Amino acid sequence: MGPRIKLRIGKSTVFKTLVILFASACVIPLLAILGYIIKEGITKINWSFFVNVPKPVGEAGGGIANALVGSFIIVGVAAIMAIPVGILSGIYLSENKTSKLAYWSRLSVDILQGVPSIVIGIVVYFWIVKPIGSFSAISGSVALAIMMLPIIVRSTEETLKLLPDTLKEAALALGMPYHRMILKVILPCGIGGILSGVMLSVARIAGETAPLLFTAFGNPYLSTNITKPMHSLPLLIFNYATSPYDDWHNLAWGASLILLLWVLLLNIITKLTTRKWNIQL
Amino acid sequence: MEHTIVRTEKFNAYFGANHVVKDVNISIPKNNVVAVMGPSGCGKTTFLRCINRMHELIAGATCEGEMLLNNEDVYDMHPIFVRLKIGMVFQRPNPFPNLSIYDNVIAGYKLNGIKMAKAEKDKIVENSLSRAALWNEVKDSLHKKGTFLSGGQQQRLCIARAIAMEPEVLLLDEPTSALDPISTASVEELLFELKKNYTLIIVTHNMQQAARVSDRTAFFYLGELVEYDDTKQMFTNPKDTRTQNYITGRFS
Repeated sequence: MGPRIKLRIGKSTVFKTLVILFASACVIPLLAILGYIIKEGITKINWSFFVNVPKPVGEAGGGIANALVGSFIIVGVAAIMAIPVGILSGIYLSENKTSKLAYWSRLSVDILQGVPSIVIGIVVYFWIVKPIGSFSAISGSVALAIMMLPIIVRSTEETLKLLPDTLKEAALALGMPYHRMILKVILPCGIGGILSGVMLSVARIAGETAPLLFTAFGNPYLSTNITKPMHSLPLLIFNYATSPYDDWHNLAWGASLILLLWVLLLNIITKLTTRKWNIQL
Repeated sequence: MEHTIVRTEKFNAYFGANHVVKDVNISIPKNNVVAVMGPSGCGKTTFLRCINRMHELIAGATCEGEMLLNNEDVYDMHPIFVRLKIGMVFQRPNPFPNLSIYDNVIAGYKLNGIKMAKAEKDKIVENSLSRAALWNEVKDSLHKKGTFLSGGQQQRLCIARAIAMEPEVLLLDEPTSALDPISTASVEELLFELKKNYTLIIVTHNMQQAARVSDRTAFFYLGELVEYDDTKQMFTNPKDTRTQNYITGRFS
């Protein structure tokens, strides 16, 4: 072996080592965050943590029931608003690749994805909160739904684009009308990808704080009325972590752990559903 | 005289400005196998797709002239109705990947929302799969996904799916081009059987196949129907020099 070959092999080894090193480095932040939150949060979690609302300063105990229920309602309502619109737009974009409307809606969806969440929050504040004259959970849901939309639209579009045209032809050649072809053939075949897009969008917005600051606003009591202010996990964390009281810090740590577990769980469910619903073409 | 089921009168098809099928006049007798052959790009597949109005689904595709099914112009009927009467089998097997073998066969009913009793469905499934020579191979795994089958079995499943709708005409677009020789032989054998109940129009690239399976053969060249005759006549004594050149392999 000549020295040139040895040098090349040496360079290649160095390069490989670097790639592996940096690939492992990506895992470190996640593990560090997980470890820290679990360490701080796990001791604060018990039964009363889930069923009680926060106690006034100075009283021990108290929980995050109001924020937990609030988060479920706000995110749930946002999902109900965003999922049908998102999936239908995704179908339109995958079916009409070149139309003018497709071009503009694809562009707007891409830009929407980049709009800072606080800007969406302030816009919804001026659209809904101000005219109505009160903070409300529903306005928070609208803000979150706007944030979910681009993720659902693009994942639906990308999934359906991968389905072969022969599948559509098979359906149409059997005399199937267009709407039945979409509902009975195209959607079921792409359901894995569509569901995973929906789950990821839910995971993505579950921790959003900024758009809720001046929409859902927060509420120290348990509320299920979506026209009234409502608490949510990220809001609770924001409010309590910045407070000067140890009791409230504890609640914030516990809530952080719950939120993190929620997002993790959604990601795991997404992986499992994609595997289970994956259709072999 | 034989009963004519499909007839065209000065039929033309276009992709945008591209004229791909030119002034075709043809009559196809009932319960015959008609092979449509010709070199690549001669318009044979386009012509086939015009018969059940699949051609118009492509952006920019148009056609003119008369395309008659039992003396009624298919372009005056609703495309959905046309496609129920004229079934189609594609080049590549395309069973619905989300459905079982059983549901694939009755897909035309099930996905169109036609409700049927279980016994009736069972009968259609068994009947169609038997006629597609697939029943014995799949009768114990009817509820497995159709995509688990081999390529040749998938293609026969697609044939079963098409004939389950009891169409009057069955169009086959190079149905064996993606299959191995053994599967090809079994699909070809099947065509003989199917001819008893249906009229088959098969596009093929392969002259031997046209000679083996068909009663009549149409030869397309550059969008024109050059010659249309009894298969035997066509292969032993072609009238047009272009046909002769093609079947003797002087161009392909």
